[in-house]
Amino acid sequence: MGVMKFNSVFDIIGPVMIGPSSSHTAGAVRIGLAARNLFGREPQWAKIHLYGSFAKTYRGHGTDLALIGGLLGFDTDDERLREALEIAKKRGIEIEFIEDSARVNHPNTARLIIGDDDETLELIGVSIGGGKVEIIELNGFELRLSGNHPAILIMHNDRYGAIASVTAILAKHQINIGHMEVNRKDIGKEALMVIEVDENVSDSILKELKEADHIIQIAKIVS
Amino acid sequence: MFRTVAELIDQAEQQNIPISEVMIRQEMDVQNVTREQVMTQMEKNLRVMEKAIEDSLQGVQSVTGLTGGDAVLVQNYMKDKTPLSGHLLLDAVSKAMGTNEVNAAMGKICATPTAGSAGCVPGVLFAVKERLNPTREQMIRFLFTAGAFGFVVANNAFISGAAGGCQAEVGSAGAMASAAVVEMAGGTPEQCADAFAITLKNMLGLVCDPVAGLVEVPCVKRNAAGSALAIVSADLALAGVKSRIPCDEVIGAMYRIGQTIPASLRETGEGGLADTPTGRFLKEKLFGSK
Repeated sequence: MGVMKFNSVFDIIGPVMIGPSSSHTAGAVRIGLAARNLFGREPQWAKIHLYGSFAKTYRGHGTDLALIGGLLGFDTDDERLREALEIAKKRGIEIEFIEDSARVNHPNTARLIIGDDDETLELIGVSIGGGKVEIIELNGFELRLSGNHPAILIMHNDRYGAIASVTAILAKHQINIGHMEVNRKDIGKEALMVIEVDENVSDSILKELKEADHIIQIAKIVS
Repeated sequence: MFRTVAELIDQAEQQNIPISEVMIRQEMDVQNVTREQVMTQMEKNLRVMEKAIEDSLQGVQSVTGLTGGDAVLVQNYMKDKTPLSGHLLLDAVSKAMGTNEVNAAMGKICATPTAGSAGCVPGVLFAVKERLNPTREQMIRFLFTAGAFGFVVANNAFISGAAGGCQAEVGSAGAMASAAVVEMAGGTPEQCADAFAITLKNMLGLVCDPVAGLVEVPCVKRNAAGSALAIVSADLALAGVKSRIPCDEVIGAMYRIGQTIPASLRETGEGGLADTPTGRFLKEKLFGSK
């Protein structure tokens, strides 16, 4: 018994979702949605590696439809999930699924590499059951994002003042930080701020953060 | 926050409140929301469950054609004949199966605790409703009681077939339904725990071996079994029968058993029923050989 993975009764009685599988369908939607939110717009292409049970059963569970549906911005209870592949095709999104036999710690793991002409994003998501997901890696950075609290993920350049400008904006809007981590690949290179907050952050605040100094990409995870 | 069933029972007994109330208060506290918000959200889930059962009674068919229509068969049988197992029990079974048929057809359901096991809790609820005539609030409370027990399982063991086998899914769902029936029928928090333990004990070791990896065969019928067992265990607990092994220890046993279940029997669609001649044939027919 370590950390409490589940803290709401609505993780157990819920989510309301399109079937057939909470871990393989609803959880997959949430991983796709997290990737879209982090990317900030609709990607033009997606390469999706599936591991473990995801790799073996994705067609039966509609995991492919679910991941794509999430990338299209559909939520877990959106009836359009059933037609996600056709909708993606109509929108001109190129999609490739790779059944990856590499060993992973959790059976329901997906690696999403998405992008357009300007940018790419790579994320590893795990569906831990009952529709809940964890994002464990983003653009090569290890994360420990439980999804229990709303969070802001900020890719930024490793320069002085980047963190201060972000926290100043949050302070101005009276948003309390519950947990914060900063990670960088190398001095002066790309870095990642993960900020867990007590309440969901509005889009206007996100926009303000995006315009702060040295910020590259920004996204929120709604709990 | 309560971490164990023992703590949950303690909180209920010390404050002299039902388990549903412990769960409601914790949710208000942890999420920092009002009682009305919590109740409204659960009411929404209740409506989704109700709608799925209604839809299933119209007859549904999954995309693959492997499941669908059995809930209607059972309902018709109940109209024409007197079921051997009794009306209430079979009503729960048919409504549980119906919910899972809607799920398999990529319809809208409420996961309880997962989609594959989404039939047990609503199936039992909407069957005992006919007998106990609960208020809408009592029906919402049923879901909080079920949720409180599921909450403990999720935090101490697992609730997904991929992690712990079907015992973690339908086992937990059936057990959650048992506990909730006991509260609705006027049982004590301790009796809720006994009913939960009795159901889960009888689901221990159940593997997750879906044919072609689909949440269809045998999932729909395992929800039938889970809901039937839920009502029997609730009756046992209400009769005063106790679980010799305490509830938390049963959950612990489920966890340890789940850890020893090989991957082929944890939702990979490789072993068990999936690996029977018919199971393999269906998979090949649906997806081609791979």
